[in-house]
Amino acid sequence: MDKLFLYLQFPFVRYALIVGVLIALCSSLLGVTLVLKRFSYIGDGLSHVAFGAMAIASVLNFTNEMVLILPITVLCAVLLLRTGKNAKIKGDAAIAMISVGALAFGYLLMNIFSTSSNLTGDVCSTLFGSTSILTLTKEEVWLCIVLSVTVLLIFVLFYNKIFAVTFDEDFSNATGTRANAYNLMLAVVIAVIIVLAMNLVGSLLISALVIFPALSAMRLFNNFKSVTVFSAIFSVICAFLGIVISILAGTPVGSTIVAVDVAGFIICCAAGMITGGAAR
Amino acid sequence: MAYITVTDLSLGYESHVIVKNLDFSVNKGDYLCIVGENGSGKTTLMKTLLHLREPMSGQIVTGDGLKRNEIGYLPQQTEVQKDFPASVYEIVLSGCQGRLGLRPFYSSEEKKLARENMERMGIAGLEKRSYRTLSGGQQQRVLLARALCATRKVLLLDEPVAGLDPVVTMQMYDLIEELNREGITIIMISHDIEAAAKYASHILHIGDKIFFGTRKEYLEGEMGRLFANKREGGERNNG
Ligand SMILES: Nc1ncnc2c1ncn2[C@@H]1O[C@H](COP(=O)(O)OP(=O)(O)OP(=O)(O)O)[C@@H](O)[C@H]1O
Ligand SMILES: [Mg+2]
Repeated sequence: MDKLFLYLQFPFVRYALIVGVLIALCSSLLGVTLVLKRFSYIGDGLSHVAFGAMAIASVLNFTNEMVLILPITVLCAVLLLRTGKNAKIKGDAAIAMISVGALAFGYLLMNIFSTSSNLTGDVCSTLFGSTSILTLTKEEVWLCIVLSVTVLLIFVLFYNKIFAVTFDEDFSNATGTRANAYNLMLAVVIAVIIVLAMNLVGSLLISALVIFPALSAMRLFNNFKSVTVFSAIFSVICAFLGIVISILAGTPVGSTIVAVDVAGFIICCAAGMITGGAAR
Repeated sequence: MAYITVTDLSLGYESHVIVKNLDFSVNKGDYLCIVGENGSGKTTLMKTLLHLREPMSGQIVTGDGLKRNEIGYLPQQTEVQKDFPASVYEIVLSGCQGRLGLRPFYSSEEKKLARENMERMGIAGLEKRSYRTLSGGQQQRVLLARALCATRKVLLLDEPVAGLDPVVTMQMYDLIEELNREGITIIMISHDIEAAAKYASHILHIGDKIFFGTRKEYLEGEMGRLFANKREGGERNNG
């Protein structure tokens, strides 16, 4: 405990906690919708796209890589979510295709053009999350706060519409809700969150942040509101614990958070079985 | 002017035409039954009426003060995923989404409407239950209550009794008839020609031959005679 308080004196530890918790919150909120829309894997796919974009940006020597990463990821998110329903290539296959393709190209580019002596290390930290969450600048923290609050606001304001569109798109369209507009909005928000989350857990582990809170909540609750609220709380607690543990034990941040998520999921499963949970 | 007027409508997917030259109209207070074989394009027609898909050609005009989003809809198979966590109340309330516009939250009036419609459909006691744990008949009632939240004018029902047992089927038909008597216009797809002949005011038959007219015209016409023969045959067999 003393050690924890000692560490909290350092701004970089506080920054990491703030950013980590916010990202976990945002990704869990959208996770519920994504899991229910059968798009669990979109986080994974998009993060690989972001990885590919990052490779291009670093090859082109961009000083601010975000300028390239964000638009490309948003574009792919829009394409994936929009064509999900009536495309020639079905949703999951399309995601797998883009995901693997982007990953391969990203690595290829980095391999050919990179001047870094520690290429494997670079790639590894992009994929599994580096210590970059511990080297955040004040500006990055503020950017993260602003974006998270925006996402949160959007989610709260459009909560009823998001529920309706997730539950039954045809009915929404028939009664005058423009389902496609909301899908588009979701796609953009998801892309933004994923680019943010890459800093935290790396691209390979983002799916965990999206999926685990939603699945855990669905073990215990059977209405949309409770599921949403619980998954947000679950995600925040896990992220907080994960970061604290990783600081104290010196483990990698991303993997630790995911490990805590897995543990939480198992607890929820057990609790669900004992209480009868969502079966009611 | 009629609520819905359809002129020279053709339906299809890509370049493949399913139904051609469809002409009919639905007036306020009508009870239209759409009958036809599997795959004849009934669901496609309904989705086109709801503007969920574009017709290949022809026109659908709404009139008599009916707005495009004032149509309630009960989908054929509920394509709701099996593990979707949603309570009955949440689903019924989502029927009010068309009234929201840009307002983010439901008003107390809309919540009251949702409760009233649950009461009407006899599912008030199920409010907090999870949709996925309900029986088929209960689920249909929930979706009907949702549709009622969306409209006071026109209901489109795609095979509302599919998969229900005879008793619940009768209850469902009675409910729908009652709604019709209260002044709600009904457009219902059904395979149950007997029910169509009993409840409907108009019948639209699509398939190789297209027929549109009142129930009387239908029963007196060629197809009706076929149906009557079949029924007599059936009764003779039973007796
Ligand atoms: N998305 C689609 N793409 C291509 N063809 C389709 C599509 N949906 C339906 N069809 C075809 O259109 C035809 C009409 O389908 P529709 O669902 O309208 O029939 P239906 O009359 O409702 O049948 P049922 O009584 O079985 O519900 C069928 O031949 C079907 O194969
Ligand atoms: Mg059908």
